[in-house]
Amino acid sequence: MEYKLTFKNYNQALKRDKLMGLKCKDCGAFTCPPMMVCGECASTNHEIVQLSGKGKVVTFTTSFIASEGRENEVPYTIVMVEMDEGPWIMGNLVSMDPKKVAMDIVGKTVQLGNRVYPADKYSNGDLARPAFSLLE
Amino acid sequence: MRRVAVIGTGHSKFCFNSEKTQVEMLAEVALDAINEANITPKDVQAVNVGNVLGDFEEGQGMVQSFFANDIGCFNVAASRFEGACASGSMAVRDAVMWVASGYYDIMLVGGVEKATAMGTPLATRTFAMFGDSRYEFPAGFTFPAVFALLAHLYSNKYGIPLPALKEQMAAVSVQSHEYAVKNPNAQIHKAISKEDVLKSFMVSTPIQLQDACPFSDGAAAVVIASEETAKKLVKKPVYFAGIGQASSGKLSSQQKYLPRIRARELASQQSYSMAGLTPKDMDLCELHDCFSIAAMIAAEGLGFFDYGTSGLAWEKGQTRIGGKIPINISGGLKAKGHPIGATGVSQVYEVTRQLRGDMAEQGRQVDGAKYGIIDTLGGDGVLVSMILSTM
Repeated sequence: MEYKLTFKNYNQALKRDKLMGLKCKDCGAFTCPPMMVCGECASTNHEIVQLSGKGKVVTFTTSFIASEGRENEVPYTIVMVEMDEGPWIMGNLVSMDPKKVAMDIVGKTVQLGNRVYPADKYSNGDLARPAFSLLE
Repeated sequence: MRRVAVIGTGHSKFCFNSEKTQVEMLAEVALDAINEANITPKDVQAVNVGNVLGDFEEGQGMVQSFFANDIGCFNVAASRFEGACASGSMAVRDAVMWVASGYYDIMLVGGVEKATAMGTPLATRTFAMFGDSRYEFPAGFTFPAVFALLAHLYSNKYGIPLPALKEQMAAVSVQSHEYAVKNPNAQIHKAISKEDVLKSFMVSTPIQLQDACPFSDGAAAVVIASEETAKKLVKKPVYFAGIGQASSGKLSSQQKYLPRIRARELASQQSYSMAGLTPKDMDLCELHDCFSIAAMIAAEGLGFFDYGTSGLAWEKGQTRIGGKIPINISGGLKAKGHPIGATGVSQVYEVTRQLRGDMAEQGRQVDGAKYGIIDTLGGDGVLVSMILSTM
């Protein structure tokens, strides 16, 4: 059985600021990032859809350490965002100074863009990541 | 299924920059466990090993076979388990199943890691491999960051202002260091104060260096046997009363439950149910405190405290010897150390020795303990729970 929305296709779309996911035709839930089955009801009866790219910050952290090869990124802010369609996705907050991000960021509305992690010897190619900006 | 018992234990000192190879570390603790069990390597029918990153640490894959041969367990079935920081517990649980089924009578389980050989940057990179590599690593995923995300979520969900939560988190680290001072196998023998925690380097807001366990080298081993064999070999077998294991997907996919870890709750429910026991029956607990907030989330998920209240329990001393549930009397991952492949086996070692009453000479015996539970978390997706019993 074919994997409907592969990482390759998700990654290519994200590089154009498009967030792709799946909408379940059985239960109506959205799954993003994509999986083989609906993350809610495990059905394979779903279709590929583009999500709005808008959501609210659920939680965050500003990191002062990084993996090998990513030291030049610190400090950087990771956010977990609940997209308007429901799914949570992990990305970065790029529209403000990471050192100034505090608890009041939670609940703020953000819009998705992207930045590309340029690959290292373990990553099997480059990897786009959601890069969010505050909307207000 | 047959009842299964621990009949021998071995544990290295956890440390930075071990001068020994992983095979050497494993061999030493395995022979200690074998000697304690009053058997010889020839009596071991199969070997399980928890080892996570040996490939990166020493360029050594498949360490289990070289280890088995090294100690004279020639040509036995030897299997390696990889579930990030829960690898050792997975190896133990799997061995329990084999012996319980009747297929084997005596098995040796080891766990080993030499993480400090990688240096911190590569160690941080390789540990991050236990998050989702496609959809979460690109954002700069590290494990401090994961638990930092959960700490902020915990603060909001349970309405605990961040400064108060930080104080609670600090209390967890302070207690672990205090007990580690009494544990000769601990990596860090240094008491710390709440102020030491709160002024330490900021790793990933709100997690500071003293909220986090170290990178570690070390090994642990246990010999397990069927009840009938155990009773012939040793005076005080310690039995597996219940075991459980569950898994979960990438962090974002756990959105309905976070900061609770659903897989932990399922794994521990399996253990409690199999044992016919409840959290109230437990006399001590070794749980997965890779970060102080992780310890708090674990203590709640295992059923010891209401959600959002475990930090207060630590502050009030309810997690110390004499408290409601003594937790991490070994010093925990925080101060005993966390050689990830060995950690689960180390937890079984600790609880076994507590239940045998061996810790009095170290001044950290939980008197009269009959039941102990261990909890191990691997990455954000493998949870293992095991209940040990004197009876």
